Amino acid sequence: MASASTSATNAASTPTKLKVKRFAPAETPTNTYLTDEKGVWAWLTTVDHKKIGLMYLGAVAFFFALAGFLAIALRTELWTPAKTFIEADTYNQLFTLHGAMMVFFVLVPSIPAALGNFILPMQLGAKDVAFPRLNLASFYIYVFGAIFTFLSLANNGFDTGWTFYTPYSSDSNSAGIIWVTLGVFILGFSSILTGTNFITTIHKLRAPGISWDRLPLNIWALYATSIIQVLATPVLAITILLLAMENIMDIGIFDPALGGDPVLYQHFFWFYSHPAVYIMIVPGFGIISEVITTFSKKTIFGYWAIALSSLAIAFIGFLVWGHHMFTSGQSAVATTIFSFLTFLVGIPTGIKIFNWVATLYKGSISMKTPMLYVFIFIFLFSIGGFTGIMLGALSVDIHLHDTYYVVAHFHYVMMGGTLIALLAGLHYWWPKMTGKMYNEPLAKIAAGFIFVGFNVTFLPQFIMGAQGMPRRYYNYIDQFTPFHQTSTIGSYILAVGFLIILGYLLHSLFKGKQAGPNPWNSRGLEWQSTSPPDFHNFAHTPVVIHGPYDYHQPMEEFQLGLAVEHGHDEAHAEEATEAASEAKTEA
Amino acid sequence: MANHSATHPKHVQHHFVDSNQQFESAKLGMWVFLVNEILFFGGLFCAYIVFRAWYPELFTQAALELNTFWGAVNTVVLIGSSLTVAMAIRSAQNNQKRGLEINLLITIFLACVFLVIKYFEYEHKLHLGIAPGSFWNPTEEIAAVLDHPKANIFFGIYYMMTGVHGLHVIVGIGLMVWLYLRARKGHFNSEYYTPVEITGLYWHLVDLIWIFLFPLLYLIE
Amino acid sequence: MGRLFDFMLPENKSPLTADPTDGLFHFINEASLIIFLGVIIAMVYFAIRYKRKSEDDKTPVITHNNTLEITWSVIPLLITFVVFGWGYSGWLNLKTVPSDAYEIHVTGFKWNWSVNYENGAQTINEIHVPKGQPIKLVMQSRDVLHSFFVPEYRVKHDVLPNRYTYVWFQAEEVGESQVFCTEYCGTSHSDMLAKVIVHEPEDFEAWLDENGGGPSGSPVEQGEQLVSLQGCQTCHSVDGSELIGPSFKGIWGRTRNLTDGSTLTVDENYIRESILYPGNKIAEGYQNVMTPYEGRISDDEITNIIEYLKTID
Repeated sequence: MASASTSATNAASTPTKLKVKRFAPAETPTNTYLTDEKGVWAWLTTVDHKKIGLMYLGAVAFFFALAGFLAIALRTELWTPAKTFIEADTYNQLFTLHGAMMVFFVLVPSIPAALGNFILPMQLGAKDVAFPRLNLASFYIYVFGAIFTFLSLANNGFDTGWTFYTPYSSDSNSAGIIWVTLGVFILGFSSILTGTNFITTIHKLRAPGISWDRLPLNIWALYATSIIQVLATPVLAITILLLAMENIMDIGIFDPALGGDPVLYQHFFWFYSHPAVYIMIVPGFGIISEVITTFSKKTIFGYWAIALSSLAIAFIGFLVWGHHMFTSGQSAVATTIFSFLTFLVGIPTGIKIFNWVATLYKGSISMKTPMLYVFIFIFLFSIGGFTGIMLGALSVDIHLHDTYYVVAHFHYVMMGGTLIALLAGLHYWWPKMTGKMYNEPLAKIAAGFIFVGFNVTFLPQFIMGAQGMPRRYYNYIDQFTPFHQTSTIGSYILAVGFLIILGYLLHSLFKGKQAGPNPWNSRGLEWQSTSPPDFHNFAHTPVVIHGPYDYHQPMEEFQLGLAVEHGHDEAHAEEATEAASEAKTEA
Repeated sequence: MANHSATHPKHVQHHFVDSNQQFESAKLGMWVFLVNEILFFGGLFCAYIVFRAWYPELFTQAALELNTFWGAVNTVVLIGSSLTVAMAIRSAQNNQKRGLEINLLITIFLACVFLVIKYFEYEHKLHLGIAPGSFWNPTEEIAAVLDHPKANIFFGIYYMMTGVHGLHVIVGIGLMVWLYLRARKGHFNSEYYTPVEITGLYWHLVDLIWIFLFPLLYLIE
Repeated sequence: MGRLFDFMLPENKSPLTADPTDGLFHFINEASLIIFLGVIIAMVYFAIRYKRKSEDDKTPVITHNNTLEITWSVIPLLITFVVFGWGYSGWLNLKTVPSDAYEIHVTGFKWNWSVNYENGAQTINEIHVPKGQPIKLVMQSRDVLHSFFVPEYRVKHDVLPNRYTYVWFQAEEVGESQVFCTEYCGTSHSDMLAKVIVHEPEDFEAWLDENGGGPSGSPVEQGEQLVSLQGCQTCHSVDGSELIGPSFKGIWGRTRNLTDGSTLTVDENYIRESILYPGNKIAEGYQNVMTPYEGRISDDEITNIIEYLKTID
């Protein structure tokens, strides 16, 4: 242990040399963010990003379970071609609700708002996000939006598909549509506020020593995501507002019977909803980078390629929305440009995959559960990616559009991608967030169920889609029965996997082994804290002298902190870094 | 070694290192929010552009029904209010409590004038049956002049754009009333005037949106 | 020549429109499979070969490799250019209707396809075409968005209410091909099926002559044909079974309760109003989902339908 010398002079005269020392977080902390604020009211009124993250996690898990249960109902109905146990109208409402819930209440918020909220400030060495009260507000706005959506169910519901295409959505059953469009409108603000918070935090609240080239790739990913959230979500807001107005007072913008244009609606809708899928997946990419480096004990291959490719995806992602509309009647010029750009956006993604695999080369690979999920991610997401290329090809898309091929594609990227990455991150940071370890063998078994179940559910869907089976179909012609039945069986296997996960994670909260500060021996800054972390995240303001993937540096070399107990420190970045490098050379 | 009270004034929240970091963060946050607002209105401008490209005669014809004089007055009113809010910020920077209060009040007053004029514009139109969407029910004289079958769409867009803008004005008034009450209690001084600054930024955007709305809706002939 | 991914595709019954699509489909699948296997094999191999031996393992610092990174960026980029160009040309082929194509009009409405031929012939949910000749379908919707899809021809296009859209194909075998609606349009979206029925050219001419001019026979016979051709039977049964709308069996003269609480007797005027403006009076227990026929059906046709309905008991 070394420390720099100090001259305790007043800050007003010659610049102070700050005292820095190495700190190691306690193995078993007495005071944590969980113990310092207790009780339901404390949780509901907290401005602590960690608790807000956990509340989001609980909400997301709840909606995932609900929407997942709907999926099981849908797949069960599809066991036989005609009615199995529900009517067509019910089925149509259920698939619409399944989609809307999964997209808006699970996938869009999941990684950024749940894991991101918890981990981002810690990876930046900050005490919280820039606007903690706004953070809490974004959570309640999310809940409010959900309530509105459910109120729609009490008003005849909605069956338009989560895409709400006009004129079907402006003609039929107005009351249900108005409630859900207002619910989605409200929910959008939650996403916008999270994005605003993250951008500001990343720019302004980094601890001394965290330069842009030492930013964890998870942060780069959340940064790119936040930019998309801020730029794209308002367009959804105005689209959904216009749709609500169509229903309330027949403005006539999208309804041809009133002089409007239904294809215009599609342009407006997809201008948000395509970037939205990048909001869903890019944070997942960030998690993969974190986990794969930790469990390879090796620095990331191609740091800048991965960092900047997220920004490239964010940018190009705004220019490809028309690839959802190749059969819609949009102009030939638009169609051509959208197809071309769609291929461009696939390249940065492919580069990431290659870089991750290259990171494994000559690494020290440990196949703990988070890493197992990374491997599953690479497998499933690659299939999703290649089938996306297939859909970007114009002539082939004409055949595949609105068939089960598309359904399989987006489940591979959203579930096989985002959800699997979420599971990887959840298992990776679980000991940090809760201070507990889960049952590792059981976790691997669950991962097996999920991998097998997922492929059994969705691989047949590629085949039947290419053979012509349309999507959003309650009935189907008999030749597709074997595919549907296989898919249904797969969905039950998937459900078992998730139930197992729920089981051992809950169990770990009560009976799990105590986790140390850094069970995975990661070089990430968030691990230089107790598990669970202190209320203020770190006992001392971190001063960072290494990058987050510097596995060639020994663990003991790793972290410095200001001697001043955090809270009211004069952590002027330059002085701190200077003092830190002095401390390093003296070591 | 650290001197806590000197470096952590009351107005600095616990997670910020110092006043400057808090101020910089607040400004960046507001700018990011404003970008989001621009995209939000951008959607409406896009709808405008598309329908105007499809039905140019409709737009020039229908614009005649809008009162250019009062629209221009409103423009001047809003620009004036942007000036006074900038002066309010300056007063805060110079520790002029009275100046801050007065400038905020004038801004609020001008914003209310805007809304009152808007109210009368709307009332006049609704009286003539110029209403959005399915409530479109023009009187005979109007129908004679404005006989385009898609006239209800123009006014749908008009009411949406000016209506959403008007809602933003109301929110701005609320914010400034809150600022005024805090200013009276002496919350703002040259060390800390962040809320005034970022509300000012918001207000400038509201003004800017109107500066685009006005010519696009009222001045096309 | 059979290709690896043949099992995924339906039969190819219109090679002129399907061949370019199928060729590209195979290429993308095969190229993707190769790259995918490469990635997975490398991944699994590295996991085994470089398995962690201890927590003190040392790993090399490999931050990047320009040659490798450029290669694996440029080659996929070039492949995607090829795929783009190939897809574009196939699509252009699908858009470019041969100048001698035979036109047939198709109208989609909830939940039927009404087909009209040049000589006034009309069919419901069947598109009769001659073999070996390019066919152009000129399509529109009467209500919401629908989409016309024939998997065996690899053609699809949305069907819109405010403009005409089209697909073309050339069927090379006598037989039938399945048609699906592929844009969600409500309760019976998955029942909005049709068939393309391909005849030998002479047989097609014969069929056309037989059916030219629309419904024929006595008013009651015409009414019976119309009830099928206009798609009424998709939602209203004639045998009493419960479909989306009230059954026509025994409808004439029956007392009916409406959703607004009033009661009426089924007569000519009620039937006429329910055809033209179905939303005005809804029978109790049913939904307001019927597409109005105002502007689509003549007074004579309504009269004939009414005559037919009188006979169903």
